[in-house]
Amino acid sequence: MFARVNLYYTVLRISIAERLVYRVDFALGTLMRFLPIVTQIFLWDAVFQGMSGGIKTIAGYNNHEMIAYYLLTMVGRAFSSMPGLASSIARDIRDGTIKKYLLQPIDMLSFILMSRLAHKLVYYAVAVFPFALVFWLCRDFFKGWPDAGTILAFIASLLMSFLLGFFMEATLGMIGFWFLEVSSLLFVYMLVSFFFSGQMFPPDIMPYPWPQVLKIIPLQYLAYFPTAVFLQKVTGAELAWGLAAEAFWVVFFFFSARTMFHYGLKRYSAYGG
Amino acid sequence: MSNITTYWRVFRTFARNSLIRDMTFRSNFIIDSISSLAWVFLNVVLYLQVFRFTNSIGDHTGWGRYEFYAFFSTGLIVNALAQMFFMTNIDEFTDLIRTGGLDFLLLKPIDTQFMISLRRIEWSSLSNLAAGIIVLVYSMTRLPHLPGMGQCVLYGVYLICGVAIYYSLMITLGASTVWMGRNLTLYDFWFYITTFSRYPMEIYTGQLGRPLRFAFTFIIPVLIVVNIPARLMVRPLESQNGWLAGFALLATAASVAASRWVFLKALAGYRSASS
Repeated sequence: MFARVNLYYTVLRISIAERLVYRVDFALGTLMRFLPIVTQIFLWDAVFQGMSGGIKTIAGYNNHEMIAYYLLTMVGRAFSSMPGLASSIARDIRDGTIKKYLLQPIDMLSFILMSRLAHKLVYYAVAVFPFALVFWLCRDFFKGWPDAGTILAFIASLLMSFLLGFFMEATLGMIGFWFLEVSSLLFVYMLVSFFFSGQMFPPDIMPYPWPQVLKIIPLQYLAYFPTAVFLQKVTGAELAWGLAAEAFWVVFFFFSARTMFHYGLKRYSAYGG
Repeated sequence: MSNITTYWRVFRTFARNSLIRDMTFRSNFIIDSISSLAWVFLNVVLYLQVFRFTNSIGDHTGWGRYEFYAFFSTGLIVNALAQMFFMTNIDEFTDLIRTGGLDFLLLKPIDTQFMISLRRIEWSSLSNLAAGIIVLVYSMTRLPHLPGMGQCVLYGVYLICGVAIYYSLMITLGASTVWMGRNLTLYDFWFYITTFSRYPMEIYTGQLGRPLRFAFTFIIPVLIVVNIPARLMVRPLESQNGWLAGFALLATAASVAASRWVFLKALAGYRSASS
């Protein structure tokens, strides 16, 4: 047991060191990620200014809440996004690199999970400063801190969104066992997830029945749900059900990734040296 | 003169080879076209939602529903052209620097920047170009005045200026790989910087907005890429447009010259990574 923990701890440490090699690229990337939010703030400000009538709200969101929504989806995506995960798994299958996991006494999914965790930890260590700065600058868009229960639920939803994002992408990458080229499929997933996770805009602003439909799909947990929790758009029993459903999807995709890996390996054949 | 003919012939060969390559993997080409159209579709959905709640982007800015659609479609057209001719090539350029493959191109008896910039034409971007033109024509027919011949010609000229400014930015970012070692964030950086050009410049108001508008108009002139052609098409008679249109020509020339300078500097600083 100790040896196993030590093994994955070593993997984590190596991955962290690896992430820190290209520091300039990494820091620049982190900083750049905030630029679209700036344009969103101006766009929605202009949209609300252009509205007629006294109380200006869109599907229950006023101007400040809309901006807060976009800022918080960035936090959600900081946890749930897994850039390049599915494509790297598919590539490893295609070019045969995957056999290194089969020869070594290490489980591939756990190894990748550890390296992703390392990636995220380094990311948070760097990103916490620009995040703190941006949220401090934008503090007027928030009504203040929510209660402790909401914050706990928010943290739980974020942690689960990391796992959900990981296992969903891993499942997709495993499709590479059956199809040689999955890049187009991954692009479609990227588009669909950008839209259905609520990153593009809150699903609530769409006409009936779209908000209801979007809230059934697990992609909403990648950005919309944690945000709605923090903004207290989801409370009480709805919140408890939401967290339970998110946990269900994590377990579901954990098993789907495992199952696909299991059956994929039975199909897999490696060529070359 | 013969020089231009040679370059034109080389360009035609690049274009033909790219088309042959695309047509070899036809289903991939179709999927690429559909997926880029899907991205356009998602944006259309967003703006349809926005205009369910408001009649204009900003108060008295003149960007009503159809004016904004014309703006949006102009953005689509400029982006499609930039992607069709340059994006893949510049992305490959960063790889060539990193892997040392650039050596091979430096040996060719042709301008290296030309070779790097136009080696592959991304024909699947034609789908976005077509979508942009359709949305533009639709929105123009919904506006009270149809544009005249002169306006259409100027629109074409400023579209080319917009693409040239985007190209300058891309090649500058690509060339910076020589100094940075790895440039994985090129696409990201490109995406983030160009987000500023996606909306009318009037939305940048207030204490933060004004400096941003200034910086992205005069320092990194991405704001004029879409704004100028769209304005000339939709709101040609506004007094502000005259000097902005003049400035756009100047900014295009300066951007292209600056990017050429950066590119040559980068080549001078390039140390082969291979052999």
